[in-house]
Amino acid sequence: MTAVTETAGGGILPGLRRLVATQEAVLLLALVVLVIVVGTINPRFVSERNVQSVLLGNAYIAVAAIGMSMVIVSGNIDISVGSLIGVLATLSGSLAVSGVPIILCWLIPLVVGAMVTGFMGLLVAYLRIPAIVVSLGMLSILKGGLISITGGDWITDLPEGYHLAQMRPFDIPMPIYFMVFLTIGAAIWMRYSVTGRSIYAVGGNAEAARLSGISRERTIVKVFVIHGVFVGIASVLFATQLSIIQSTVPPNLELTIITASVVGGVSILGGVGTVIGSTFAAVLLAAIGSALIFVNLSPYWLRAVQGILILVTVLADILRRRRMSRRR
Amino acid sequence: MAETNMGPATRSAATGRRRFQFGHEALLLVLLVVSLSVLATQSDVFLTTANLLNQGRLMTEVAIVALPMTMIIVTGGIDLSVGSMLGLSAIVLGYSWQNLGLPLGVACVVAVLTGTAAGFFNGLLVTRTKVPPLIATLATLALFRGLAEGISEARSVRGYPDWFFRLGQGEVLGVPSQLWILLVAIVIAWIVLARTTFGRSLYAIGHNEVAARFSGIAVDRCKLAIYTASGFASGLAGLIFVSRVSTTRSDMGTGLELDVIAAVVLGGTSIFGGVGTIVGTVLGFVLIQLLKNGLALTGVTSDATIVVIGTVLIGSILLTNFIGRRHRGDG
Repeated sequence: MTAVTETAGGGILPGLRRLVATQEAVLLLALVVLVIVVGTINPRFVSERNVQSVLLGNAYIAVAAIGMSMVIVSGNIDISVGSLIGVLATLSGSLAVSGVPIILCWLIPLVVGAMVTGFMGLLVAYLRIPAIVVSLGMLSILKGGLISITGGDWITDLPEGYHLAQMRPFDIPMPIYFMVFLTIGAAIWMRYSVTGRSIYAVGGNAEAARLSGISRERTIVKVFVIHGVFVGIASVLFATQLSIIQSTVPPNLELTIITASVVGGVSILGGVGTVIGSTFAAVLLAAIGSALIFVNLSPYWLRAVQGILILVTVLADILRRRRMSRRR
Repeated sequence: MAETNMGPATRSAATGRRRFQFGHEALLLVLLVVSLSVLATQSDVFLTTANLLNQGRLMTEVAIVALPMTMIIVTGGIDLSVGSMLGLSAIVLGYSWQNLGLPLGVACVVAVLTGTAAGFFNGLLVTRTKVPPLIATLATLALFRGLAEGISEARSVRGYPDWFFRLGQGEVLGVPSQLWILLVAIVIAWIVLARTTFGRSLYAIGHNEVAARFSGIAVDRCKLAIYTASGFASGLAGLIFVSRVSTTRSDMGTGLELDVIAAVVLGGTSIFGGVGTIVGTVLGFVLIQLLKNGLALTGVTSDATIVVIGTVLIGSILLTNFIGRRHRGDG
């Protein structure tokens, strides 16, 4: 996936084997198997309607997981992301209701998101407070702030043309465009740009990165700012998918997003992982949730099965890495 | 994340670290006294024995779980699944009493054992498979909560006999019963972490796990023990929770992990491991509970209170970092 696989020798066959051995390939395979098996049991699972609703309802999670993956690759974490999505969605909705031009309602959350996460990045980079602590504090501030400002009220009467996530250019829902293009764009940027590479360097070995002239501090602040923009986009997709905006986000949203990154192959220790993996994982996790309903499993057991699957994916990844490091 | 630790922290000698720790505890104590006196002038009810004891009652579940969490974070680990283990234990209690027809006393034991087993499972995952604790317990957070939901099928259990409520609602010698349990737990945890070889080896693991291994510390066995202890504490907290609120539901303890970690971190335990004390953690959860209650009594909404707690959390770490750096002279 990163330096480890790239330095191994060339050749088509080993190259193919390396490709198959990546977390991205494993996830894609799992997704294909899931679609075939569940689709055979219950064809309605692969109906256009269900596929769209699964992708539509979870695209914002995949988008947020892109930024989260970058943060985790840099060796940090952000557990305030769920609350931040809630705050930015409410901000966007409130602006729209008060008559601000719609384009600004879509863009301001991106800016504010970048400012909030940028502030966290400054604390993490320059004051060296662990990211988990900073974002834990930020989580309380955002969550409490949101409810005390909105009073838990829903936002209704949103203006016409505001619902970005309900638009369907070329008959494909807008969130799917966002998910696909942002994933591809971010993947290319992380792999080929100087800043993108330096994220891996900082997360992999901060000292070596410093010696090779990469500023750890500036890289971390940049990563957090970019993460904030992705959170902003995710929040707009979340805010515009229904005709109302609730003042709450799904419980444990931050954990869902972190899970997508981690199951996607991003190492929590930093330095390893891609955003393609995290997007595949976000889709896979959503598909699993939907599949369980279609095979008539009691919905009460849904979370337990999801937990087992997360565990299996993580264990498989650890075993695969161990075998790979033994082979070399 | 471990790399970040290599900076100023390693440069400081052990004495510097002790001073840092003392600085943080002193800071918390000052914060505690200041907020106590300010809040006392704002409300007549706040500084009364009845109110403070009642706050102790509300604080117990978080506090009991925070003790083993301190030890886990001292080793550089974390346990995100505590809320789910609490929920699972609570459900097992209700299910084995009502649906399996076990005597309630036996059901209590089964519930706490379930929590302990869940913690043991976490410990096995962390030590045998080398999955980072954050990920391992993130997965079991979903798994244990899922088991609780599956077993309960979203049905709540009520109608426990009166004697059972003595644990969570009763008093012994004028003090809420669960506070006695908490007191014993604090003393045990303090002795274990500060005064035993086992406790010292937890710090060693947190500072440098490889070095700890080479100096003959049974690292895996230590970790297994503290993750199991975390499960046990979560199970016990589940029991107390059910007894306090008189009902069992599968969503009990959701989000508990963040409250617990906030208390531990506010108490000065470093998330990178190697630093932290039980005294700090105790100050941490007492301060959080008093802020919550005091602000609520002075008319601040509970949501605004969360904002204050988040600010105090970041602020106190910032301040300690600042003081610590000045002491070491590298700020």
